[in-house]
Amino acid sequence: MGLIVEAAIKIVIVFGVVLTFLAYLALFERKILGWIQLRYGPNRVGPWGLLQPLADLLKFLFKEDVRPTTPNPILFSVAPILSLVPALMTYAVIPFGDRFVLFGREITLYITSVNVGLLYLFALSGLGVYGIVLAGWASNSKYSLLGGLRSAAQMISYELTLTLSVVGVLIQAGSLDLVEIVRAQSGTYWGILPKWHVFWYQPLGFLLFFIAAIAETNRVPFDLPEAETELVAGYHTEYSATKFAMFYVAEYANILAVSALATTLFLGGWNGPGAARAPLLGVVYFAAKTAVFLFIYIWLRATLPRFRYDQLMRFGWKVLLPLAFANVVFSSAMALVG
Amino acid sequence: MERALFLIFALTAIVAAFNVPLRRHPLHSVLALLVVLGALTGLYVLLGAYFLAVIQVVIYAGAILVLFLFVIMLLNLRAEEARLERRPLLRWLALPFAALLGVEIAYLVRLFEENPVPSGTSVGVTESIGRELFTTYLLPFELTSILILIALVGAVVLARREGR
Amino acid sequence: MTTIPISWYLAVAAVLFTIGTVTVFVKRNAIVMLLGIELMLNAANLTLVTFSSYFRELAGQIMVFFVMVVAAAEAAVGLAIVVLLFRHRETLNVDEAQLLKL
Repeated sequence: MGLIVEAAIKIVIVFGVVLTFLAYLALFERKILGWIQLRYGPNRVGPWGLLQPLADLLKFLFKEDVRPTTPNPILFSVAPILSLVPALMTYAVIPFGDRFVLFGREITLYITSVNVGLLYLFALSGLGVYGIVLAGWASNSKYSLLGGLRSAAQMISYELTLTLSVVGVLIQAGSLDLVEIVRAQSGTYWGILPKWHVFWYQPLGFLLFFIAAIAETNRVPFDLPEAETELVAGYHTEYSATKFAMFYVAEYANILAVSALATTLFLGGWNGPGAARAPLLGVVYFAAKTAVFLFIYIWLRATLPRFRYDQLMRFGWKVLLPLAFANVVFSSAMALVG
Repeated sequence: MERALFLIFALTAIVAAFNVPLRRHPLHSVLALLVVLGALTGLYVLLGAYFLAVIQVVIYAGAILVLFLFVIMLLNLRAEEARLERRPLLRWLALPFAALLGVEIAYLVRLFEENPVPSGTSVGVTESIGRELFTTYLLPFELTSILILIALVGAVVLARREGR
Repeated sequence: MTTIPISWYLAVAAVLFTIGTVTVFVKRNAIVMLLGIELMLNAANLTLVTFSSYFRELAGQIMVFFVMVVAAAEAAVGLAIVVLLFRHRETLNVDEAQLLKL
């Protein structure tokens, strides 16, 4: 019983923090884009634009929900949910920190640790495709259909690289459990270099993971499913109000999840100087590392142009995938030697 | 508790499975099969096969059914119209034969009537499956990779546009 | 803790298999027929996992793994044929594809 209560409290806290953070991530993105493009970004609502997410939320809630004429009204309504739920479910296994003792009770800083943790995440990322594809189908519009088709092809193609790039980490850490993977990265080499997978011996795996992750989250330069110059807005062209907000939140939830996952798998998660003694410091390290990824995401958006579709496919299948295979072979060889 | 979960998953699977042939639009059939797969995942978890449960979602839901969905959207299929059958008689013969098959299976199932499945066993953890797969079943495992290669080449050759 | 009789699982598998068979027999749409085959494979998988749990023997689950691999290969080739069929005949009705050539 105590366990259930504890889990429930943790779920509420994690979701409260994550959802608030997602709202501010959107603001953060607009601010940074503004700075990079030499303008201010949102600065009217509240000091420094800090109440902007609240204003956006109210706007989403009170806007008219425009429905297109579609033969699949139920599917049209279900698609955003199918997109949002897997995105939020990922946070169940992400380890934000180690454990600490509170009132004589050991409390872990993650919701749960399952021995198929990483496979669970891949399963969820596979399910995330459905929301987008079905939205594209149910909207009964050619832009949406093309966006949905593109996203299906793109996500299947890059999921291969995403999965294969992680195999090296699995070989090195010897576990699918994310908590174990973080534990395997504690300590340092020669007292200086942290034992993170990104330094040794997964730098290539890290690069592949990050590129494939950007493609999986449909972000610039891989944002072809919603390319506004050619497809209006792709799969969510016909969506408005709350349903659009769900896609919007799902996109940011995926970005945050992928950044947190990259931190967990390659950058040592909560590990850092002093984190072994003060677990809450570990959470700060975790957040800081994740924030770096989030910044890179936004930086890329402001910097890079979009791929052309054939370039995207060629890059995915003829460059990334062979490299991912090479990385698997290299990691296996290293595991045999060392 | 466990029985309740079983009944929920089993009924979901069966109801959804009926929707696979009954729906007119192939896309709806695919979605019905997706629900069946989800319910089966739940049953696998109840049986303690955690690895398979997750793999089921990754491979079936994440890859195979998305492929179906993709092809349906690519061909832009519409719901089938009721059209003239070439051999309407055959269609009605299928039902009694299928029922016969069901009876046969039911008879076999009855042989295992009262034996309960030990609950809470977890033989299906990743490590033990991996160990088996790469020792006892190494040869079949390697053969599947050849099978996949053949399927890959076959699919590419078939779907390639001609005249290039 | 109550346990579930093995026959319940097998019964579910039997029903799913029967529905899959009916789908393949009754439907003429190539894609839906492939779905029926997937349904049958899944029913077989359920029995394999059930017996694997029942006898505490991994072989059943390994078998399911192989079935999934074969199903993936089958779907890839099957759908390629479907696309080809549709390109040449503008239909997915398998009764139209009886000339043994395109």
